[in-house]
Order: sequence, then structure tokens, then C-alpha cells
Amino acid sequence: MTPVASVALVNYIGLSALIFLIGVAGVLTRRNPLIMLMAIELMWNAANLAMLAFARAWLNNAGQVFAFLVITVAAAEAAIALAIVLITFRRTKNVDVDEIASLSG
Amino acid sequence: MTLFWLLAVGLVITSLLTVTARRPVYSVVYLIANFVLLAITYVTLSAEFLGVIQVIVYASAILMLFLFVMALLSTSTAPFSVGPDRLPGIVGPAVALVAVIFGLLVYGVTRTPLLIVPRAQPVSAAPGTANAFGSTSDFGAALMTTHLLPFEVTAFVLMVAVIGVVMLASDAAPQATRHHARRRGPRTREPITRERPALEKGSVR
Repeated sequence: MTPVASVALVNYIGLSALIFLIGVAGVLTRRNPLIMLMAIELMWNAANLAMLAFARAWLNNAGQVFAFLVITVAAAEAAIALAIVLITFRRTKNVDVDEIASLSG
Repeated sequence: MTLFWLLAVGLVITSLLTVTARRPVYSVVYLIANFVLLAITYVTLSAEFLGVIQVIVYASAILMLFLFVMALLSTSTAPFSVGPDRLPGIVGPAVALVAVIFGLLVYGVTRTPLLIVPRAQPVSAAPGTANAFGSTSDFGAALMTTHLLPFEVTAFVLMVAVIGVVMLASDAAPQATRHHARRRGPRTREPITRERPALEKGSVR
């Protein structure tokens, strides 16, 4: 009844690493801040997948609780980051992250 | 086993499409598909409550927030049509860096003792069974008793986020001029880059 019993833990960790790397590549290569944020969300979820796989393998609830915490922090991060994107766009009429360099001194 | 590989292929494909989509709205759609597949993966990992949360919070709330921000951004001008989306010479270094990180991950994963599970621990109960591992009652009991402090910290994080968003998005005027701006009656929405010389002198109206 549980299809996970035959899948090794390494498969889940490998899948998590792959999604995380896709997220890293997205943050590195895209210049649209919204797509960069979505790549960051991919990385959050890859970490969540790894923690849930470990929690399932060890039958320990701590991984699930920490995944819950991660989801909450990701929600807060998305809200604040999108507010910053909106304000930046209102201020500069531009969302290209390479053009926004006023903090670089 | 077959279900896992189907989910894995779907997850990788939707992740790649999310990152490589030309328009951010398409990217959001692919990310919704990715999160739904990930919720199914969570259920196969007997984390059913987190699967539901993944659909409700991630695929619904957060990505709708993304869509609303895109709608707000694209009303006045077309901000995403300025210039190429990618830097010209970034693909090579990015691929190299990703390869290095992948090597480090493989190195770490193959050496972690956590991957060697002491014995096969099958969960006999079907998803939805109460009090089995990963069921909602089990997760709730763990969240409210053993891990109560992270739960409270979560509430604090959400409160900080709410205050931050309200401070960022509601009133863009700096602290000194806010008092004068409020006296002018209904606030006019104006670009915040513009200086307000009339308010510097303290002249009312």
C-alpha cells in the first residue's frame, strides 16, 4: 500500500539534489527577479524533499516539523521579497537586477 | 517504484521549464505543476499533512501572490521586455559552478552515515490511517508537544513578515514626512522617487 517502501533513500536525495541544482542554475542565469524568486522557491522545496525523505527513512517526526517551518519561512520570504520587487519597480521603473545597483556603492 | 520515477521525471522537467520559461507567467504555471507533483511525492513519503499544506500554501497562496505581483507590475509598462533576459557569458560559468556544487553534493551524500538506514522500516498503514507515522494526528501531536518551540517561532516569523510587508508596501514615504503627508487629507499616490520640496518647509497646503 505504501509505494515508498521499495524506493531507496538515495533516490530521493538524488532527486532533491537535482531540483536544488536546477534552482541554483536559475538564480545564476536569469535576470528577472520574479523568476529568480521562483528558482529560490525550487531550492526551498528541494530541501524540504530531502528532509521528508530522511524523516520517512528514520521514522522521525522532526524532519516533518522542520519542513513545516521551512514552508512558513518561505511564505514570509516570498511576501517580503515581492514587496521589495514592487517598491523597486515603483522607484526605478525597472526590474532588471543588473540595473539595480544603488546599494553596491 | 514506478510512481517514484514518474514523479521524478515530472519534477525535473517542470523544474527545468520553470527556470527556462521565457515569460514569468509561464514560469508560475510550471511551478504550480511542480508543486502539485511534489505534494504527491510528499504523500508517498507518508507526510500527508505536508502534502496538503504544499498544495494549499505553496501552489495556491504563494504562487497567486506571484501572479498578483506580475499583474501589478505589468499594468503601466512592459518591464520584462527590456533587453535580453540572460547575460551573454553567464551560461558557461553557471554550468561550471553547478557542476562543482553537484560534485560536492555527491561527495557529501556518499559519505553521510545518515543514508545507511539501520533496517528497513516499512509503514504498514495506508495513507489516512490515524496515529500511524506521518498521519495528521501524529504530526499534530509532535508539533504541539515535542516541537512546540519551533511552532511558536513560526508564529513570530509570520508576525515579523506581516509587519515588514505593511511597512514596505503601504506607505513609501520616509518617517519624517509621514506626519505631514497624513495631514493633507486623502493621500495621493505619486512616485516615491520624486522629491517633495513643499513638505520640507513645513508649509501646509
